[in-house]
Amino acid sequence: MDRMARAATTTDAFNAVAEPRRREILEVLAQGERAVGDLTEALGIAQPQVSKHLKVLHEVGLVAVREDGRRRLYRLNGRGLRPIHDWVARFERHWEDRFGVLDAVLEELQEEP
Amino acid sequence: MTTTTRGSAVVTLPADDQILIVREFAAPAAAVFRAWTEPELVKRWWAGTKGHVTSVDVDLRVGGTWRWVMEATGGFEVAFHGEYREIVPGERLVFTEVFEGIPDADAAYAVTSLDFTEVDGRTTLSMHVLHQTRAHRDMHVESGMEEGMQTSLDALEDVAVAL
Repeated sequence: MDRMARAATTTDAFNAVAEPRRREILEVLAQGERAVGDLTEALGIAQPQVSKHLKVLHEVGLVAVREDGRRRLYRLNGRGLRPIHDWVARFERHWEDRFGVLDAVLEELQEEP
Repeated sequence: MTTTTRGSAVVTLPADDQILIVREFAAPAAAVFRAWTEPELVKRWWAGTKGHVTSVDVDLRVGGTWRWVMEATGGFEVAFHGEYREIVPGERLVFTEVFEGIPDADAAYAVTSLDFTEVDGRTTLSMHVLHQTRAHRDMHVESGMEEGMQTSLDALEDVAVAL
């Protein structure tokens, strides 16, 4: 079903950002395109670790890559964050639906003598 | 005229195992606190517009338990229960929370903290949800942490979609 397909995508993106180092990488890439070496320096962790995280982020579509001569440059792919944004938005709507009713209840409470 | 706030709940994910919901209400903190702790009031809002509340049990004391049940439009039941951990009337409420619809539910409980801050008769509710699963407790293992987060998020997503 449609929902199952969406859930699978969500799972991947959520898994990818569950790791604190990967979130750090995304934060650095949010400032602009970076080579692996730049990320190694910014995060202070070994290059193989950075490459491993980049591979995961690339696989779930959170990061895009292009060749620049001998370098590979990584950048944030905003569309990959969409499943997370959608999940948060759905959760927000769910609570806002409840809170909208709560507004009315609170208003009635204040009208009580 | 009372000014009501509409559509202003803001959800953020402060860390991989936490959710923060912030919402302002046009009512004093004491009233908002009552709406969370008095069964007759909970029944009036907790299901939102997508169902109705069928049962609300509240034993409002530290160590006391609570259980709220609603029937969503479409007929299926959604139930949560937990235990009160901290109660400061009109200011703060901390409780554990278990969504009964997931396997091994009691192990995947969350700790929810509600803070009510009143300014000029309006109250900001800050609802902080900290998820705690067995996988989470084994935080030295990276994959375990991811799995723990996923379990919580899947459960919450199901709730969000279902209601």
